[in-house]
Amino acid sequence: MSGPTLAVVGAAETTQMGVITDTSELQLHADAAFNALADAGLTIKDIDGLATAGERPTDVAHYLGITPRWVDGTSVGGCSFMIHVRHAAAAIAAGLCTTVLITHAESGKSRVGTAPQSFTSAMSGQFERPFGVTGPPTMFGLPVLRHMKDTGLTHEQLANVAVVQREWAGMNPRATFRDPITVDDVLSSRMIAYPFHLLECCLVTDGGGALIVTSADRAKDFPTKPVYVLGHGEGVETPMVSQMENFSSSKAFRIAGADAFASAEITTDDVDHLMVYDAFAHLPLYGLEDLGFCERGEAGDFVWERNTAPGGSLPMNTNGGGLSYMHSGMYGMYAMQESVRQMRGTAPAQVNGAEVSVSLGVGGMFGAAGCVVFSNIAP
Amino acid sequence: MPRPTPETQHFWEGTRNGQLLIQRCNACGDPYFPPRPFCPACSSHDVTVEQMSGRGSLYSYLINHTGHPGIAGPYSIAVVELDEGIRMMSNIVNCEQTPEALVIDMPVEVVFEAFTDTITLPFFQPIDAPLIDAPLIEGQTQSGAAS
Repeated sequence: MSGPTLAVVGAAETTQMGVITDTSELQLHADAAFNALADAGLTIKDIDGLATAGERPTDVAHYLGITPRWVDGTSVGGCSFMIHVRHAAAAIAAGLCTTVLITHAESGKSRVGTAPQSFTSAMSGQFERPFGVTGPPTMFGLPVLRHMKDTGLTHEQLANVAVVQREWAGMNPRATFRDPITVDDVLSSRMIAYPFHLLECCLVTDGGGALIVTSADRAKDFPTKPVYVLGHGEGVETPMVSQMENFSSSKAFRIAGADAFASAEITTDDVDHLMVYDAFAHLPLYGLEDLGFCERGEAGDFVWERNTAPGGSLPMNTNGGGLSYMHSGMYGMYAMQESVRQMRGTAPAQVNGAEVSVSLGVGGMFGAAGCVVFSNIAP
Repeated sequence: MPRPTPETQHFWEGTRNGQLLIQRCNACGDPYFPPRPFCPACSSHDVTVEQMSGRGSLYSYLINHTGHPGIAGPYSIAVVELDEGIRMMSNIVNCEQTPEALVIDMPVEVVFEAFTDTITLPFFQPIDAPLIDAPLIEGQTQSGAAS
């Protein structure tokens, strides 16, 4: 097998994002799905494969009025949708289905008709939850002080991640927060879970997104500029953040990233645009290091030197990210939406001439990862 | 409160008796955590339960400022690395819950606190720093000594 086999031919977010009190979670799935179908010039009856997370594919399929012949309910957190792309590529290549709809939606803020959620598993319920863990803000950042001690990453460098992403958000009319901020603003914002201040934590909003993927040889038959999937990877490490092998690095990031880059036959030098799921400000730093853009402990400097900022050599999180754009709970879908916009040339903060975009997602704290390499260059 | 499962019974029986009981693989020789009846590194089922020293160091932590029912003020959520090598989540108690008092790599020792007839949680307190009477849970005192 050579060359990309999969293409994104439909991509859209929900019509509204932010605080949506009059729409249920399943309605948001449907809104994103119908927007993506319109984008692709398809109807729901053209869909024969469905993947989703949070909600079961059974629920979403029945709600949409379809009976797909292939489903994927992989639900390992916010990177589930990257993994769905990878699984859809395999399913389509194997002839199990032809046209896969991947939906995400979450009434993350308003909690209208939400699916039951749990941040605990059997083991974390016994060996993490009893120690005052109340959700992602009290778990996800746990490795960071160790990382700081071992690598010299500073509080200012951590805060600066949010500052740079706000610059990107300022160029995006759909971003929730657009006003410029400084490192001092971040460090003087309310403490959430030391060392994380409010502005180093993602938003909590309502919304969704959907992708439609099919075989690459069909891509030119659709109305939008084809976006090819060059490669992909997935990985899992542990549902317990306290049991990460290395507090300065995500094993799931390393496995998913290495497989994605190898299957796409690219190196870091080939990447023009990068999305790293930023539920909290440290995640882009781990992503930059675990994907190999920086040596261990150098990502703080790399962002400080404006490499990922507007005009930099590696534009990253150009929609403003989970920190400033939106974050409904499982943000991976929005990272890929921005990758697709960048490859189509339609992003609000468009990176001129970008040909390769990488989306790296994280899920269930550092439990899982998915990575997809997109390109607008025909195979 | 944790709900013990068959493979974790020994751990919770241990804390009830003031012991930190961790499994060690007889094939690789390494301790591992959380409990399961085989070694996650080599799959050997030849494992034994042994009592840890209860001493370790503060590996990493957060200080939660967003509140928790029954806990007064900000509190640490920590990972302790035991001298024997395994890491576990806990709280650092009997000291100020501040970055100045919670120094990465500082030595700590286990203290046990009973919450119900079946559940006693292992907390950790500084070894070299002066202790203060700062119960984690309102209305309770930290009782029990380091093993």
